[in-house]
Amino acid sequence: MGKIDQINKAFESRVRLGIMSVLVVNDWVDYKEMKELLGVTDGNLASHISALEKKEFVTVRKAFIGKKPNTSYACTKKGKEAFEEHINALEKLIKGI
Amino acid sequence: MQFLKKLKRLKYYLEGYVNLITLKNKVLFMSNKHHQDITHIRKMMEGSTKFMSLSGLSGIFIGLYAIIGAILAYFIVQDHFIAYNGHIRITKDIIKQMFAIPLGVLLLSLATAYVLSKRKAKKQQFPFWNKTAKKMIINMAIPLAIGGIVVLGLIYHRYYILIPAATLLFYGLALINASHYTLKEIKGLGIVQSCIGLLSLFDLGYGIVYWAIGFGLMHIVYGIYIYFKYERIR
Repeated sequence: MGKIDQINKAFESRVRLGIMSVLVVNDWVDYKEMKELLGVTDGNLASHISALEKKEFVTVRKAFIGKKPNTSYACTKKGKEAFEEHINALEKLIKGI
Repeated sequence: MQFLKKLKRLKYYLEGYVNLITLKNKVLFMSNKHHQDITHIRKMMEGSTKFMSLSGLSGIFIGLYAIIGAILAYFIVQDHFIAYNGHIRITKDIIKQMFAIPLGVLLLSLATAYVLSKRKAKKQQFPFWNKTAKKMIINMAIPLAIGGIVVLGLIYHRYYILIPAATLLFYGLALINASHYTLKEIKGLGIVQSCIGLLSLFDLGYGIVYWAIGFGLMHIVYGIYIYFKYERIR
């Protein structure tokens, strides 16, 4: 059952999977862009992001562009490693069946 | 009693069988979910770094415009009783017409690509105008702008005969440059266009033919390929 252990519960939701996929291939992605890419609502995105932030998979940067607040996200090293492990496990599971 | 025993055993077997089926379905369901997860991951990774909404259908239209343009140009040249083999006596009238056609084709093509790509983006539920779209446009615009200036230089020096080769070459390079931020097939199209440009450079005087092959035929071929690969199956 070693394979199943690596399937990370934190990535079980589609939205979280999407967030991590976008962040591992981009440096910093801002809130609006992320929302458009995933096609989710404000509240939905915020709750998933904060869950990932709690696990230290994602870092949040709050800055101002002019007078407008701008929040952007990036993936931490820990997050990247966890996500890669998760993908490898998924792949193994699919191949194994 | 014997009968009851038999029935019990049968029930036992049946239950085992049903359990087996549910287990199998569960496994299949999970594998299906994982498969969808992987597809989703790929879609998000590509969608956030590349402009995936480039419409293949628009490629087919653009190719058709180019071929119609080439046929029109051919008849204009024919009407003036001159072979387009280099030593043409060029009148102001013919120049005007020969510039109006490609310009018209270009504008019509840009409009078609814009409308159809926007529609495709909507279908894919991707944002149409974002960072990746901008990156693709900028990367395409740089070689095109330089090529445009080169063409202006050729016009200035009246090297009209080199214009088809120059346009094909710079267009091909622009596509290769833009391909990092869009469908990977565009790189192939860019290489093909550049090669046609090179061929026409060594086979001067048949500019219209090479234009029709490059801007016409190749757009149609790649358009159909992209259409069937990405757009029809959905």
